[in-house]
Amino acid sequence: MPIQLDIALSHLLHRRRATLVSLLGVTLGVAFFLAVSSLMRGSERDFLQRLVDNSPHITVYDQYRKPHVQPAELRWPGAAVAISNVKPQVETRGIRSYRDKLDTIEALPGVRIAPVLTGSAVLTFAGQLQGVNLSGVVPARMKTVSTIEDKMVQGSLDDLASTPNGLIIGQGLVDKFQLRLGSTVSMISAGSEARIMKVVGIFRTGNAAYDESEAFTLLKRAQAILERPNRVNRFIIQLQDPHAAREVAADIERSIGYKSVSWLEASEDILSLLLVRNIIMYSVVAAILVVASFGIYNTISTIVIEKQRDIAILKSMGFRTRDIRRIFVLQGLITGAMGSSSGLLLGYGLMHVLAAVELRPPGVSDVVHMPIWWGPEQYLIAVAFAMASCVGAAYLPASKAGQLKPVDTLRGAA
Amino acid sequence: MNAPVLRAEQLTRRLEGDVPVTLVDGVSLEIQRGEFICIMGPSGSGKSSLLYLLGLLDSPSSGHLWLDGEDTIRCDDDQLAALRLAKLGFVFQFHFLLSEFSVLHNVTLPMRRLGRHKPEQIEAHALQLLEKLGLAEHAHKMPSQLSGGQRQRVAVARALGNDPLLILADEPTGNLDSAATQNVQQILRGLADAGQTVVAVTHDAHFARAADRRIAIVDGRIDNNWQPA
Repeated sequence: MPIQLDIALSHLLHRRRATLVSLLGVTLGVAFFLAVSSLMRGSERDFLQRLVDNSPHITVYDQYRKPHVQPAELRWPGAAVAISNVKPQVETRGIRSYRDKLDTIEALPGVRIAPVLTGSAVLTFAGQLQGVNLSGVVPARMKTVSTIEDKMVQGSLDDLASTPNGLIIGQGLVDKFQLRLGSTVSMISAGSEARIMKVVGIFRTGNAAYDESEAFTLLKRAQAILERPNRVNRFIIQLQDPHAAREVAADIERSIGYKSVSWLEASEDILSLLLVRNIIMYSVVAAILVVASFGIYNTISTIVIEKQRDIAILKSMGFRTRDIRRIFVLQGLITGAMGSSSGLLLGYGLMHVLAAVELRPPGVSDVVHMPIWWGPEQYLIAVAFAMASCVGAAYLPASKAGQLKPVDTLRGAA
Repeated sequence: MNAPVLRAEQLTRRLEGDVPVTLVDGVSLEIQRGEFICIMGPSGSGKSSLLYLLGLLDSPSSGHLWLDGEDTIRCDDDQLAALRLAKLGFVFQFHFLLSEFSVLHNVTLPMRRLGRHKPEQIEAHALQLLEKLGLAEHAHKMPSQLSGGQRQRVAVARALGNDPLLILADEPTGNLDSAATQNVQQILRGLADAGQTVVAVTHDAHFARAADRRIAIVDGRIDNNWQPA
């Protein structure tokens, strides 16, 4: 065993109580770091998973990111031009030649795509009115890009295919209108005639606003109701690798020209919020370890004061300044390593305890478990932070010990 | 004539401050191999300060010091530490044994730091030294289990660990009873007779009688006319 390590161990072993207190500080610091980090990162992953699962990875809109340049601007760039009696061209909004564009996108690897026409409509039943967001879908395609099929409590998306005037609505609307499967309602959109629709499916997502205001029907039926024949106004796309959404969206936009928004772009505010939350979380749990490192600083400072004579005699023997410094830094390292090891075990146990906790949030019938993240990085971060804190706390008194002049101590002892 | 083990030339140590104090003032001396020298003088005369300079524990304000022919003034802290480790052994008034380590462990410390031999050779050499100083049966005891005289003999054994050129002892009997003092005196005399160079600071005239040469220091200077009271 190196002599510096031997002396460092003997110092720690002869101050057992102080060493144990320091160890306990590091152990608790690492354990709480792990418990909090696993819970926060777990909830973040859970949230992102829900976000990725429940929203399209990419949505292609019938809009352009930058408006087309007008002919007058091309003819007289930078000029102020007044043109009178100009009438805007009347056109049916939507993605033009959507079938060709759908084929182009579908040819990309790992892509599932569904065309959708969305618009506003009003649902009436027994004198009650409710504005809804009507989505015209192709059931076979919609099932591959949306989780709505999993949220069906009665009926299925396929029932739309077998019932041309079929309508799928949320549980909230069903409750509000006191409807049931097979009920008929009237649907009208701006400028169109009222159409009778039959409820063929009911979904429940748990989001009250969504469950009251969303409705699905066949694409062709929606095109008729919204008076936009042969048009869709968005593509919903799911990817095998959701994290490639930003790059794939950019490729699609370059390829077909329409605005393609990845879930990452759509959720930038949420993602930046999560980043801020992570910074706060790591700052707080790191503070626990910094506080624990004060215990080590205190212990090693006390040892340095107590061992001034030993330091003087070791230096008179021929120990160099860095040998002395190493003895005390090693004490920090040993405390950090042992505290980290026991902290990892305790933290792992705490994570299991947290994972086993069952919660029943109000209004939810299912038992919910705390989302715990078991990723290995957090163990490494906790140990790295603990070791850095311990070595940093030990270095200050160690440096002081290394600078001690043996003559000063020997003169004082004489 | 052989080259001296230690040669000092106009060695001066001054403490700067509001009131500068000169601890050692222009001391020149030579110490030959195998000599047993006692540095004597009244309290506060600068004996220990001179010993710390000779032992490379303190740096002179001016002057030169050669150890085994090497000019130590040019050495940095690490080089001085290496010289102390390989060529010097210290014995202090207070034994300064590491209380957490056994007697054997204390004696092996400088040898382990030097790392010239394997651990089993180091331990065998330490046991040999302890046996030579009559401490073999105490090898595995802790320092607190020994008497003052025994502890000082352990300190001598530790100083001899790396077969130093020079043993420097600062009041080695200052804290011992007469029997233990006589014992340490005999040990140091025996070492000198065996060819070991020894420099001891003492205010004990009786102890100094065992030396080959006595150097008196008064007010930081060598004073050949000084006589102990």
